[in-house]
Amino acid sequence: MNCRQVVELMTDYIEGTLPADDRARFEEHIAGCDGCRAYLAQMRVTRRIIGSLADVPIPETVERELLEAFRNWRQA
Amino acid sequence: MGAEDIHDPELEALKAGDEAAFQSLIQRYHGPMLRLAMTYVGDRGVAEDVVQESWLTCVRSLDRFEGRSSLKTWIFGIVINIARARRRKEARILPFTAFWRRDDSDSHRPTVDQSRFGSDGMWRTGPRSWDNVPESKVIGGETLQKVKTAIDALPAKQREVILLRDVAGFDSAEVSSLLGISAANERVRLHRARAAVRKMLEEYLG
Repeated sequence: MNCRQVVELMTDYIEGTLPADDRARFEEHIAGCDGCRAYLAQMRVTRRIIGSLADVPIPETVERELLEAFRNWRQA
Repeated sequence: MGAEDIHDPELEALKAGDEAAFQSLIQRYHGPMLRLAMTYVGDRGVAEDVVQESWLTCVRSLDRFEGRSSLKTWIFGIVINIARARRRKEARILPFTAFWRRDDSDSHRPTVDQSRFGSDGMWRTGPRSWDNVPESKVIGGETLQKVKTAIDALPAKQREVILLRDVAGFDSAEVSSLLGISAANERVRLHRARAAVRKMLEEYLG
């Protein structure tokens, strides 16, 4: 496996969906390749940064309106 | 979904009218729902409407929800339905929208610039480690803004997958089921989306 092939298998590797023999060849390549190891680490950091986009606080006015709707539903 | 979901304590609390349970739910999912809605409708104000309408639909339908899927999957399914309906409506109004452009989401074309590899397929100049980039920069406001812009620029099919997986935190099977796509398609779209964001980050972080 060369670097060009390895980079396209990164997500399959992270997802754990590579067949065992491909996985072994992938790991063998990664062990000896600084560039691909850095790429794999970057893919993981990328995922972590994207995950932090979830932290959007709900505006207070929206929260109040929704809680009121919930209360009304309960009383209905 | 397993039988344990039917006895989801959170769902039971909601059905019993527990306001604190509902508050915790909206605080947790508001952000991911808003981002997901923006995937379909673009405009933030419209996306906020979609999220609000989704919550009201959830509240009105709660009695009928039997917990056959997880509560979270049910809620995000409602967001997707409402957002898609809204997109169709907007598409009729706007003379041109980018939502319908052709895209390469399902292709297996390379995600890395081929000029970075030599004729032997090995890196000419490999990516550099980000280990020495300060954490304050890695998750700093400017980085997040750039990541948002990069995600906005993705084709819609990739955007919805990366939003559901990496922002909303669904697993692969849940996303395939929510979007009605195969696991293989889901993975290809996720790969293309993450690779595009990584590429932008490499240009920015070094």
